[in-house]
Amino acid sequence: MSKLPAKAKCVVIGAGIVGNGMVYHLAKLGWKDIVQIDKGPLPNPGGSTGHASNFIFPVDHSKEMTAITAESMRQYKEFGTFTETGGIEVARTEERMQELARRITSAKSWGIDGGRILTPAEVKQLVPYIDESIILGGYYQPTVGVVDSLRTGTIMREKAQEMGAAQSFANVEVQDIKVENGVVKAVVTDQGTIEAEYVVIATGCWSPKLAAMAGAHIPLTPAVHQMKDIGPVPFFKDTKGDIEWPIIRDMDVFMYERQHGTGLEIGSYAHRPILYTPDDIPSNATAALSPTEFAFTQADFDIQDEHAYELMPSIVGDESVREKYACNGILSYTPDGMPILGETPEVKNLWSVAAVWIKEGPGTAKSVAEWMVLGDSHIDLHASNIARFHEHHKEEKHIKSRVTESFNKTYGIVHPLEQYESNRKVRLSPYYEREAALGAVFYETAGWERPFWYESNKDLVAKFGDKVMPRAAEWESRWWSPIINAEHLQMRETAGIVDLTAFAYFDITGPSALAVVQKAALRQMDVAIGRVVYTPVLGPNGGFKSDLTIMRLDTDHFRVVTGGAHGMADKKWFADLLPADGSAKIKDITSDYTTLGLWGPNARKIVQEVTSEDMSHESFKFSTCREIDIKGVKVLASRISYVGDLGWEFYVPMADGPALWDALWEAGKNHGLIPVGIGVYGTTGRLEKCYRAYGPELETEYTVVEAGMQTPKLKEQDFIGKEAHLKHRAEKPVAMLCTLFVDDHTSSTGVKRYMMGNEPILTLDKKPITDAHGRRSYVTSAGSAPSLGKHILMSYLPTELAVAGNKFLVEYLGEHYPCSIAEVGATSVFDPSNERILA
Amino acid sequence: MILVLIDHDRGELDQLSLRALTAARKLGQDIEAVVIGKEGAALAGIVGEYGAKVLHVANHANLTDYTPMASGRALKDLVEKLKPAAVLAAGSPRGNEQLAHLAAFLDLPMAAECSEITLGSPHHVLRARWAGNLIESANVHSDLLIASVLAFSTEPESVNGGAATVAEFEPALEPQDYAVKVLSRDAGESKGGVTLVDAKVIVSGGRGVGGPDGFGQIEELANLLGGTVGCSRVVTSSGWRPHAEQVGQTGTKVAPDLYIAAGISGAMQHIAGMKNSKTIVVINTDPEAPILSYADYAIIGDLHQVIPALTSAIREAKG
Amino acid sequence: MDILVCLKRVPLAGGTLILTPDSRDIETKHLGFGISPHEENAVEAGVQLVEQMGETLTLLTLGPSDAEEQLRSQLAIGATRAVLIETDGQEWDPQGTAAALVDAINAEETKFDLIIFGAESADSAGYQIHIRVAHALNRPIITNVKSMKIENGVAVCDRVVAAGREHYEVALPAIVTVRDGLNIPRYPSVPGRMQARKKPVDMKKAEPRVPKLEKVNLALAPSKAKGAEVLGNGPEAVPALVEVLKKIGAF
Repeated sequence: MSKLPAKAKCVVIGAGIVGNGMVYHLAKLGWKDIVQIDKGPLPNPGGSTGHASNFIFPVDHSKEMTAITAESMRQYKEFGTFTETGGIEVARTEERMQELARRITSAKSWGIDGGRILTPAEVKQLVPYIDESIILGGYYQPTVGVVDSLRTGTIMREKAQEMGAAQSFANVEVQDIKVENGVVKAVVTDQGTIEAEYVVIATGCWSPKLAAMAGAHIPLTPAVHQMKDIGPVPFFKDTKGDIEWPIIRDMDVFMYERQHGTGLEIGSYAHRPILYTPDDIPSNATAALSPTEFAFTQADFDIQDEHAYELMPSIVGDESVREKYACNGILSYTPDGMPILGETPEVKNLWSVAAVWIKEGPGTAKSVAEWMVLGDSHIDLHASNIARFHEHHKEEKHIKSRVTESFNKTYGIVHPLEQYESNRKVRLSPYYEREAALGAVFYETAGWERPFWYESNKDLVAKFGDKVMPRAAEWESRWWSPIINAEHLQMRETAGIVDLTAFAYFDITGPSALAVVQKAALRQMDVAIGRVVYTPVLGPNGGFKSDLTIMRLDTDHFRVVTGGAHGMADKKWFADLLPADGSAKIKDITSDYTTLGLWGPNARKIVQEVTSEDMSHESFKFSTCREIDIKGVKVLASRISYVGDLGWEFYVPMADGPALWDALWEAGKNHGLIPVGIGVYGTTGRLEKCYRAYGPELETEYTVVEAGMQTPKLKEQDFIGKEAHLKHRAEKPVAMLCTLFVDDHTSSTGVKRYMMGNEPILTLDKKPITDAHGRRSYVTSAGSAPSLGKHILMSYLPTELAVAGNKFLVEYLGEHYPCSIAEVGATSVFDPSNERILA
Repeated sequence: MILVLIDHDRGELDQLSLRALTAARKLGQDIEAVVIGKEGAALAGIVGEYGAKVLHVANHANLTDYTPMASGRALKDLVEKLKPAAVLAAGSPRGNEQLAHLAAFLDLPMAAECSEITLGSPHHVLRARWAGNLIESANVHSDLLIASVLAFSTEPESVNGGAATVAEFEPALEPQDYAVKVLSRDAGESKGGVTLVDAKVIVSGGRGVGGPDGFGQIEELANLLGGTVGCSRVVTSSGWRPHAEQVGQTGTKVAPDLYIAAGISGAMQHIAGMKNSKTIVVINTDPEAPILSYADYAIIGDLHQVIPALTSAIREAKG
Repeated sequence: MDILVCLKRVPLAGGTLILTPDSRDIETKHLGFGISPHEENAVEAGVQLVEQMGETLTLLTLGPSDAEEQLRSQLAIGATRAVLIETDGQEWDPQGTAAALVDAINAEETKFDLIIFGAESADSAGYQIHIRVAHALNRPIITNVKSMKIENGVAVCDRVVAAGREHYEVALPAIVTVRDGLNIPRYPSVPGRMQARKKPVDMKKAEPRVPKLEKVNLALAPSKAKGAEVLGNGPEAVPALVEVLKKIGAF
C-alpha cells in the first residue's frame, strides 16, 4: 500500500456511502488533491452502509428530505445500482389510512407521482403472501426501489480516482484533528499526519468522536435498528435476481418486510430504543461481525416476530424457513430526526456530513459538495444545517432523551405540530410562572417554553362564537385550540401581550460592523441610528438564507433579532462575515435578553400609562427604536409588528423581565389587555398580513422577486447574492407567492376540514401544477384568518396562473377542496394599507 | 517425582507426549513415565532418551486398546502407590481425556492446556483458553497436580538418556472402565500415511479452492513436499474434504515446519489451529485477508495460477 | 427417549479479545452471546433424535440469569424445556460446575436415557466436566463423537482420530460428547421462536463452592501476528517462494 500523502486540499474521513459520495462530488466540482481515509477495509469498512437494508421509499413529509432522496435515486439510477420494485405501505388502522392519504398529498407536493391507495385485495394481488384480512389498505408507490449502496460507493470512489482527483486509503485510523486559530489544519492518523485545507467528517455513528477531536460537536447517537433475515422461502424459490417483489412497510407495527433472493428480510423500528455512544462501538478487530452489527437481542424482537407472522403467515409461519442472519444494526439518530450537514460552527473548514441514511447518501453528498465548493447548494438544506443547534442541543442528555422519544416515531404518524415531551423546561422565560398561572399551553422552540395559547382566555371562545372557526375533525384539532383564534380577535379589539423570549439576539460592533451587516442584508443598512430594518438575507444563488430584523443602535453597533429556531444558523452566517482583522465582533446575547410584544389598538394607551416617553405616532415612528423608561426599567422599545396591529417589541435584560411584564399587565387592566400566544403571533396574525416566514415561504429555491419582496430601488452596496438578485429582478418571475382562500371546507362526510400546510394545489381537473423551473405548487403555510372568517393558504403559483380570483383545488387527506387566489404578491388581505399598524 | 502419561496408539508413540516429558523435566524433579497397555513397553527406549528413569506399564487383559476410563483407573492406582507431585500428559484430546478420568476418580482439580507449571502450595499454572488467545493464571489447590501440557508450547528435547526401566503393574479395573472401547477402526476418511499432527509440511486449502476438484493441485503440491493436505472449516462443512483434514480449533491443531494456506482468509478458529507452525506461507487474492498477519510470506494472487506454477517450479528445482 | 443436552453461554468474540479492567474476564460489552460451537451440534443431535423417537429434550445450563437467552434460542430449535442453574455471574471451576450439574440432573424426575455435551467450551476449555458428570452418575461416556445413531437402546458412535475412524457402541443410559461435524445445526424459525417463548425454563439456584482450580486473572496471549513479507503478485512471485522454501529446507 502506498504511503499517506503529507498534504491534501481536502481529507475526507469515511468510506461509506457518504464519504465516497463526497469524494466523487468534490472531484466532479473540480477539486483535486483529495485524500480519503477509513479505519476499516474497503469496500466495506464496517460502518452502517455495510448492513443497510438499502431500500428507498421516495416520500417524506419533509420537502428537504424528499428532494435529497429524489436526487439520490437519480444518482443510483445513473450508476446502474437501483432496482425498481415498487413498495406498499400497509395500514392496519383507520388512522393510518388517513396518514397514507396524507403521504400521497406530500408526495404530490414534492413532485413524486404515481402513488395510489390500494384496497386489501389489490395489495394481495401485488404481494400474494400477505394476509389481507388484517389490513385496511395500502399506499402503493411504484417508484420504490432497492440500491446496492456498497457498489455505488465503490463506483463513486473509483470515478474520483479516475479523474485524478482523489486517493483512498483503507485501514487508516484517525487519532486527532489539529485546529489552529479556529481553522482546521491537519488530520493525525496512525500512519502519519496529513495537513489539509478542508476536512470532511463522513463517519456516520462515529462522527461525534471525530468532531470532538477538533473541539466541535456533531450531536447524534448510535441507535439500534433490528433486522432478521429468514429463508429459504419456498415461495421465492424461482425468483430471478435479487429483488422481485414489492417492499412492504407494515406501518402500524413499525416494521418492514422485503424479499431478498430466496430470503425475507424483516426489519423493525418498533423495539425499545437501544442507544449507544460512539465509544461503545468496537474496532474492526474486536467486533464479532462488523463494528456496527451488534449481536441480535431476540427478546426485543419477540413481538415483532408475531407481527411479521400476522402479516405474512405463509412465509414467516413456515417451520422450514429459518433465521439466516439477524443483527442489531447501528444507525445514526439525531435529536430532531434530521441529518447534520455543513461546516461546524466551532471550526472553520471542518465539515460534517453525518446522520445520513442510504436513501439520502448521494444526494446529500452532492449538495454538501456544492455548499463547500460553490458556497451554496441547489437543494435547501436549512433543516439539516449543523449550525442549527443551540448549546443545550449538543448535550448527551438532550440527544438521548429526544432520540429515545422519537425512535418509535420512525414509522409513526407524526402530527406537524407534535411536541416533544422529554427534556422540556430547558429554558424558561422570566414570565414562565406568570404564564403558567394563566393556563398557558407551552410549545417548545429552541429549548424555550413558549405559550401557544392561554386557557385563561377560554371564555373568549364563547364571546366570539363561530368567528373562532371551530374545528370538528380530530386531526386538525390536535395541537390546536379555538382559543388561538379568540385571542386573535380580542387582540384586534383591545390589546395582547406576547412573550417573545425565544428570539435569538446578537450584537455586531466595531468599525466594520456596518460593512458586515451591509454584506448580509438585502436592504440598506446605512440608516439613521434608531432605525429598525426588516431584511431578507440571501445566499450566493439569490435564494433566502434568512429574514430578520436589524436595529442600528449606534454608528458601530447593530443588533440582529431573529427567530429562535434558526438563530444559531444566522449567528454563524454573520460570524462568517467578520473580517479577519478583528474590526468587527459578534456577541450572542440570546440568553441575556428577553422580549415582550404588545400589540392592538390599545397598545399605545397601555404603554403610555407606564412611561414618560412620548409614544405618539409622530414622536415614535414606525420602524424605529429607542430606549425608554417603563416604571424604572430601561427598555429598548422597537415599533414594529408581525401581527398587523399597532405596537412595540420591548427588549430588556432577563432580570428586568418580570418588572416589565407586571408594569404592562397592570396598565393593561383598564384597556382589555390579554395574554396572547404564539398561535396568533406565528400563524393567524402573520397570515392575515401575508407576512412570509423563513422556512415555509422563504427558502433557497425561491427568489425575492417570486416572494414579492423586492424593493423598488436596490441599494448600491454589495451584499451576498446581489448578482443573482439583480438577474432575478431583470427577468420575469416564473412563479409568484399568492394568498388563497379556501372557498368550501366541506368534506365528503360533511365535516369541515382545515388544511395545515404542505398540501398540493391542483388545477380544477385535479392535476398537479408545476412551474417553468419544475417546482410544484403546494401550500407553504396554512391557517385561520379569524378577522376575515377565512382559512388562508399561501402558495407559489406559476406566474401565468397567479391572477386574483383564479380557482384551484387543494388536496387534503385524499379529498379536494376549492380555493381561489385572494392576493398575488405581498399585499395583506387584512388591512392592506396598514392603517392599524401606522395608527 | 513427576509422572508423565505417554500416550500411544496401539504401540505407536504420540509425539506430543515427548513434549510433555520435556516440559516435566523443567520442574526439577525425577521423571517417571507411564503407558497404558503392554504394547507401550516398547517405548522404554524413547522415554528414557527424553529423561524418564522408569516406565510404568499398565498391563491388564482388558487393556487392549484406547479405553480412557480404564486409563484413569490405572493412573489412579499408580498415583496412589507412587504418590508423585504431579501427573502430566500431552494436551491432546486423548491426553486431556485420560487425565480428566484420573481427576474424576480422585475428585481432584485438573488444569488442562498448561504452558507453564510451577509446583508449590498452591500449584500455579498458566493455561491456554479461548483457542489459545487468552492465558489464564490459575492456582491449583491440591497436593497432587494433574495437568496437561499445551501442545507445541515446549519443543521436545532429548537428554540422550538410556532406556527407562520397565515396571509393569496390573490396575484393578472394574468392568465399567472398559465398557466403552473401540470395536473396530477403519482408515475411513484418513488416507493413512502422514497424519496432520505429525506432518512436517501441510498444504491447506480454503473456500478459495472453489470445490472438491480444486484439491487435486493441493494434494499434488503436498505430495511433492512430502506433506499432507489440510483444510479450513468451510471446506469440511461444504463436504469438499473429510473432517479428519480440518485444521483449527474445532479440527486438529498443528505446528508443522511449513504450513501453506491457499485460499484461506483466516477465521480466528483456523488461526488458532495453525499459528504455531514454524513457517507460514499464504497464497490469497486478498491482500487484506486476516491470515496474512500471521504469515511469514505471502503471494497475492489466484491459487489456481500460483499453485500449478509453484508445483512445476519445485519439480524443476528438484531436477 | 428422554435426552438432556448441557450448554454453556459464551461470548461471541471477534478477531481480537479485550479484557475487563480487572483482567478477570473478557470484556463483553460489545459482544453478543451464544453457545459453544460443538454444543450446537449437541442440540441438533438431540432434536433429531426426539423427532425420530419421540419423548423429550431438556436443556441444562449453569450461568447468569441472562443465559435464559441462549436457552430460549435452543428451545426455538426444538427442545422441550430447559433448566437454568443461576450463578452470581462468576465463573465456576470445573468441579463446582460438574457437581451443580449432577445435583440438577439427580433432582430431575426424568431419568435421561442420553446426556449430550459439546466437546469443549469455547471460553474455558477445561476438558473435564462431562467426564466428572459421567463418573458421578456412574454412566459410560464416549467423547469426541462425529457420528451417532441410537439402535435398540444402544448408542452407536464413531470418533475420528488421526489414524482413521473408530467405532464404538454403548448401551443407554450413557453420556456422549459430540464434535462439530456430527451434523449441520439448524437455525431457529420464527414459529420456533414464538413457541420457545412459552416453553418452561426452570430457574434453580446453587451455592458456589470454593474453587480448587482458582482463576487468578487472564492475559491476552502474545500475538503470533508477524505480518507477512509479500513476495509478489501471481505466478511471477513463484521463483521467490521457491528460494524461500529452499532456504528453510522444505525440499
